[in-house]
Amino acid sequence: MFPVLSRKVYGKDLVYFDNAATSQRPQSVLDMWMRISSESNANIHRAVHRLSDEATQAYEQSRDAVKEFLNASCREEIIFTSGTTASVNLVAYSFGEAFLREGDEVIVTEAEHHSNIVPWQLMCKRKGAVLKVLPIDDSGRLVLEKLDELLSDKTRIMAVTHISNVLGIINPVKEIIEKCHSKGVPVLVDGAQGAVHCKVDVQEMDCDFYVLSGHKLYAATGTGVLYGKKKYLDAMPPYMGGGEMVGTVSFEETTYAPLPMKFEAGTQNFASTATFKPALEFVNLLNDKELVGNIDNIRDYLFTELSNDSRIRIYGVPRGTMDEKIPLFSFTVEGVHHEDLSLILDKMGIAVRSGQMCAEPLMDRFGVTGMLRASVAPYNTMEEAEYFVKCLNRAIDMLI
Amino acid sequence: MPEQGDRYVDMTLREAENAIIDEFSMYEEWLDKYEYLIELGKSLKDYPESAKTDDKLIKGCQSRVWLDYRVEDGRIIFNADSDAIITKGIISLLIGLYSGRTSEEILSSDFSVVEKIGLKENLSPTRANGLVSMIAKIREIAGINA
Ligand SMILES: Cc1ncc(COP(=O)(O)O)c(C=O)c1O
Repeated sequence: MFPVLSRKVYGKDLVYFDNAATSQRPQSVLDMWMRISSESNANIHRAVHRLSDEATQAYEQSRDAVKEFLNASCREEIIFTSGTTASVNLVAYSFGEAFLREGDEVIVTEAEHHSNIVPWQLMCKRKGAVLKVLPIDDSGRLVLEKLDELLSDKTRIMAVTHISNVLGIINPVKEIIEKCHSKGVPVLVDGAQGAVHCKVDVQEMDCDFYVLSGHKLYAATGTGVLYGKKKYLDAMPPYMGGGEMVGTVSFEETTYAPLPMKFEAGTQNFASTATFKPALEFVNLLNDKELVGNIDNIRDYLFTELSNDSRIRIYGVPRGTMDEKIPLFSFTVEGVHHEDLSLILDKMGIAVRSGQMCAEPLMDRFGVTGMLRASVAPYNTMEEAEYFVKCLNRAIDMLI
Repeated sequence: MPEQGDRYVDMTLREAENAIIDEFSMYEEWLDKYEYLIELGKSLKDYPESAKTDDKLIKGCQSRVWLDYRVEDGRIIFNADSDAIITKGIISLLIGLYSGRTSEEILSSDFSVVEKIGLKENLSPTRANGLVSMIAKIREIAGINA
């Protein structure tokens, strides 16, 4: 079902434990990707001919699939982008243009990916606004009590990750949103990891924006989603100008197309975006009890093994039950450089992430230059997890 | 001076490069090559903390490498350190070859030894960049002192 998983690296069976960086793609996604290119390749929305119609349909069916997946109230609230990064930048720019003034404040958290920090910094610089940071505690949890202090009558928006790509702890976003809403502050939730591991219902969560990347969610790369409440999307000016996003154009005055096209200027990545539909169908299959049970077992096994090794320090430690932790473990090993470990594991056929993981403030917070991260997907097996633990031990022994 | 350098000190640079290539060809498994590099890394000692300054830092790796040198009787003596042990093994291997030689000797090398022992291709691109930066730095130092 996942062609790449059957390959070998350096003569060893591949163990792909870098799923948080990008997931592998099921055959149905590859087929759709290929089908659009080989059978229905034509620019979408623009022509009346048959091919264009097929491509447009595939693209728009993906919008419906995403709308269902997130339970958005209407399809106009689903904007296609090239990924989480592009979605955050869109909001930081357009929301900023519409709602931010000098002296205003924006809140992010210490656990954010660079993609959910830098666009807000740019926005603040442009508008003369101030960026405030909600801290985390040593276990990797957000210090919610501090939010009350940070929220002021100058706060215009808050951005928070649903799940940090380093800590793997599910943040209490609903509580955060309630707190923010009680002060009239809208919230953007970075769902790059959250959408992969949680059932997301944007209406129930009541977030104002939810952003995600297709490539982490089994869809093709170069795809992403911005969900936004219509009242905000309507009030925000376009991010990019160009073809498709307009009503009428003249040199004196241009009117914009209605949502969602207003935010989809230029030729879209239609062949890739069309793969959201098969990808989300695959996600629905994953709700199968056996599969969920399997990945929970792997998660618990890895957590037990890693936390029982006194040489290993895990970042993002669940409290009490494992329910708030996804199968993602970032860790360091006393006296061992993360790069050495990942190089050796690589030669054993194991792909893990190492380095700063696009979260330098978080690395600084824990006083490390980088970490190692193993992140597991439903297609991974317990045998792979056991092999990983064995190889990790061997690698550590080589290095100490 | 690292031990590594002493072993090759009586050879010409070309002979030393060939000796390394021979030595590496004994290791078929990547893990054995790493074991060897780790040992080499451990043998590299006495790099002073005070010399871990930005001007000696080589960029391009996940890990950090510091490369320092002094000139004695027209020969360039290198010293280096890294916070990662495999990288340290690689820089140790390089200075084992090139330390104690004149800038003419160093500049006459095409550094193809790193490809011949398979180091370049089997490092990830970011690591290969680190290796390229290390070689560039050695050549730069030789150039300055030519
Ligand atoms: C939590 C989080 N936010 C944002 C991103 C950025 O996603 P992308 O690179 O797909 O835009 C990632 C992915 O690395 C992530 O894990």
